Amino acid sequence: MEETIVKPKVELEKADQKPIKKMMLILSKATIENVYACFILANGARMEGIESEIFFTFFGLEAIQKKKLEHLHVATVGNPAMHIPTMLGGLPGMEALATKMMKSEMEKLDIPPVSEFLEILAASGTKLWACKLAMEMFKLEKDNLIDDLDGVLTVGDFYSRAKGDGTHLMFI
Amino acid sequence: METMEKTYAGINVDLNEQGYLTNFSQWNKEVGLEIAKEEGITMTDSHWKVIAYLQDQFKNEKALSIRSVGKSGVVSIKEFYQLFPKGPLKISSRIAGIPKPVSCI
Repeated sequence: MEETIVKPKVELEKADQKPIKKMMLILSKATIENVYACFILANGARMEGIESEIFFTFFGLEAIQKKKLEHLHVATVGNPAMHIPTMLGGLPGMEALATKMMKSEMEKLDIPPVSEFLEILAASGTKLWACKLAMEMFKLEKDNLIDDLDGVLTVGDFYSRAKGDGTHLMFI
Repeated sequence: METMEKTYAGINVDLNEQGYLTNFSQWNKEVGLEIAKEEGITMTDSHWKVIAYLQDQFKNEKALSIRSVGKSGVVSIKEFYQLFPKGPLKISSRIAGIPKPVSCI
């Protein structure tokens, strides 16, 4: 009787210590704080020898559109961490101002702009995928997206790439 | 911080709990070579060029990141990953005998 109780516990402990082998990140937003969180997680994985892939879906696609990727903004409305009244956050120019301030702070920390960050990710071996359905929804062609893109996938394709032990999925 | 001693190429070196040298003056090329062996890396001229660059930056107290190495002109980021596939910055720093960079980029 005791055996049956003890054994699974030991196995559980071993499973707990299994290292992460692959990070599968899903980016669904285009606000700068979400895009950078996603990129830093993907890049940080590669730096630790962990595989990483990003699936850009819905508004996340803006981060890989040639014409839009350098014009992403921080959200000033509905973002309590901005510590400014929501009414003020909605004033014209507010998002641009907050974004400019944030970008200059990031440059000080050696955080690259979006286009350069995408190049770093591609060079590191992070796979960059666009969501097929979202592309159809926003009427986007492959030409609208960055050259470093690895391809266009369905959600099923993306899941099939997540096979194997030690794979983690994260939705941003 | 916990430290331990280990012998590489006949030299006693002090390591931190992650296996990084805590005293750069104990490093020489043979020590680097043995650490590289532990990491499964066969050192080539390109590897040593990166190591020399990292040590130079360390001596000048410059912070290291993948981005800064990529901009150094020594290696591209892609080559850096090819040379040290299991984590370019952390493994090359360990071989170079310098502290593990705290950078996230």
